[in-house]
Amino acid sequence: MTLTPLRPQTTTDHLSLLESHAVYILREVAAECERPVLLFSGGKDSAVLLHLAVKAFAPGRLPFPVMHVDTGQNFPEVLTFRDQTVANLGARLLVASVQDAIDRGRVADPGPHGARNRLQTVALLDAIVEHGFDAAFGGARRDEDKARAKERILSFRDAFGQWDPRQQRPELWQLYQGRVNAGEHLRAFPLSDWTELDIWQYIEREHVALPPIYFAHERDVVRRDAMWLAVNEFIQPRPGEHVERRLVRYRTVGDATCTGAVESDAVTVDAIVREVATANVSERGATRADDRFSETAMEDRKREGYF
Amino acid sequence: MEPVNTDILRLATIGSVDDGKSTLIGRLLVDTRQLFDDQLDAVVNASERRGVGDLDLSFVTDGLRAEREQGITIDVAYRYASTPDRKFIIADCPGHVQYTRNMATGASTADLALVVVDVAHGLKEQTRRHLCIAALLGVRGLVVAVNKMDAVHWSSAAFQSVVDEVETVSSELGFESITCVPTSALLGDNVVDASDHTPWYHGPTVLGALESSDAGAWSNATNGPRLPIQWVLRQPGGGRTYAGMVNGDTLHSGDVVTLLPAGIETTITALNTLHSGADTQAGAGLSIDVALADETDAGRGDLLARAPLPRVTRDVTATVCWFGERPLTTGSRLRLKHTTRVTPARIVALDGVVDVSTLTVHDGDELRTNDIGLVQLQTADPLVVDDYRDNRVTGSFVLIDEVTNATVAAGMVGRAAFL
Ligand SMILES: Nc1nc2c(ncn2[C@@H]2O[C@H](COP(=O)(O)OP(=O)(O)O)[C@@H](O)[C@H]2O)c(=O)[nH]1
Ligand SMILES: [Mg+2]
Repeated sequence: MTLTPLRPQTTTDHLSLLESHAVYILREVAAECERPVLLFSGGKDSAVLLHLAVKAFAPGRLPFPVMHVDTGQNFPEVLTFRDQTVANLGARLLVASVQDAIDRGRVADPGPHGARNRLQTVALLDAIVEHGFDAAFGGARRDEDKARAKERILSFRDAFGQWDPRQQRPELWQLYQGRVNAGEHLRAFPLSDWTELDIWQYIEREHVALPPIYFAHERDVVRRDAMWLAVNEFIQPRPGEHVERRLVRYRTVGDATCTGAVESDAVTVDAIVREVATANVSERGATRADDRFSETAMEDRKREGYF
Repeated sequence: MEPVNTDILRLATIGSVDDGKSTLIGRLLVDTRQLFDDQLDAVVNASERRGVGDLDLSFVTDGLRAEREQGITIDVAYRYASTPDRKFIIADCPGHVQYTRNMATGASTADLALVVVDVAHGLKEQTRRHLCIAALLGVRGLVVAVNKMDAVHWSSAAFQSVVDEVETVSSELGFESITCVPTSALLGDNVVDASDHTPWYHGPTVLGALESSDAGAWSNATNGPRLPIQWVLRQPGGGRTYAGMVNGDTLHSGDVVTLLPAGIETTITALNTLHSGADTQAGAGLSIDVALADETDAGRGDLLARAPLPRVTRDVTATVCWFGERPLTTGSRLRLKHTTRVTPARIVALDGVVDVSTLTVHDGDELRTNDIGLVQLQTADPLVVDDYRDNRVTGSFVLIDEVTNATVAAGMVGRAAFL
């Protein structure tokens, strides 16, 4: 049976709708929470998030600081980009340092080449307590991972920073309500409904600046865990591995010890949009060793308070 | 670059546990090749490890550890798909009655409900409850997958009997567009590809039905434009503009508008969109800021509207879906969030409780978890409201527990036509 299908209508284009929705979330949380902070890693999603935040409050200044959770194992190009971007905006940058957490004995030192991704949780939660933040904006997207696909746009965290996927608050319409009691906080994800392709199309439309490692460049890499890992101070070839020079780019930017590059000759945003539109492997699948530990690696990290 | 000219259709799956909602979404994503190779591999591996066969498609959306262990959906999963001129945002909702709050979360932003019904069982009480909630939430279009046709030998009579049931309920609930499709989510029949097993069926596949549905349905409103003010932007030189998201009709630069609840008439002298800066107009769903001709003390919580104007009131008659653990009774005190305003509120009367299987209203002293009821509320501050059936933004509110800050109810101003 088919009753009259509703008339398809041409509406506003999807990028404008996604942009408007994200800005709406940024404004709601900034208005309802006392002390928000925006998490900024220098990666593409956080660059888009920061761009949207600037637009949301222009011509005023950002009504919250920007915070980098620093593993101490960075791509130097990304740190340069972070500092330049923040300086251009006149924003206030806070750095929550994993090295500090190690030095203070808050977490065990994983050793010089150990992955520090999971340790970010401690540095992040400590900084949230120290600064009294009640909301942290993050650039996570639901298309990245099956646990993220389950998370609310405003994600409640208890006094221990934990996410309980069985007890999420209902989130109706666009009535985002950000009330928390002392010691609790929210994570707010304005890019929840964006896909990797949306992000790149938006970067193209808005000319959002990015660190150069997102674009194809030649680099010394080794093949490990079916990924190309850049040879640098953190990653040295192991016995049996040999260093090759390849044309690569990064699809995600995280800790330099566990983020892989993909082979690509895309040197412009336009070329990347075309590459992403036809990709066969997801961005985290292609480039993140930290998601490969177990079936529910992301869920387990999120429960502990990860981004 | 080429202009990106796709729209967005938001859909939510609804229906009872185990009728095949998650499997259908998995099938839709796999058969349209929206899943990346590594994601599909991960689903294959997880299926093997949990001993549920070669490929359990429900694992595409059931991504939590507990969901896979128990073989159920606990909370909404959001998945994304696209065709050349449309982006789909898919909310795969849970079917269990105790997760109704999560189903309502998924359905509250949906343009369309994708209803899944096990053909062998027909409409269960839980499916009726979901249909009732979807109707209350203002969903007007349904695509109904009459599923597990493989288990009834592709019987057109079995299909037709579910169609008849759906028609009866839907006409009571007032859905405007219904497309029923005989499917096997498990085998893929009539999901993306037309089936050879149903020569008696001449309608579209599920994907075909989704592609021809109305993408703007959520924001369809029958009244003038409204702009709830979220934030005041100070402009260099001392002026101010007022930022918010447009709903209802299109708002234009030059429009005569009323600032509510104050009731001050003024004119929009400038309108800025995020993409273009100064612009002449903005439609529903766009975040904008506007300058006004007159000096006002407008701020967050106020609303700009063009006629026909919304009501300003502290007394609200509403329909609520109650999610709190403790019952809602006359006298309950809560916080209420409506548009960009939060105010204390009190339940002054409970006019009735809805029986979702008969769609009748009976007397009651309390609303228990997942009950739907008709209430009268009083708020400390005035609200600027439309009936929900006229405008989903100015007609909706949530109730917030004063101690835990949890969201405990979805509220809709006025009464649905079927109650
Ligand atoms: N025979 C048959 N079984 C199906 C079909 N669709 C789903 N199922 C099975 O029904 C069960 C419940 O499916 P699921 O998608 O989890 O249902 P949900 O609770 O509505 O999300 C699973 O065992 C599926 O394999 C179908 O078309 N035919
Ligand atoms: Mg399910």
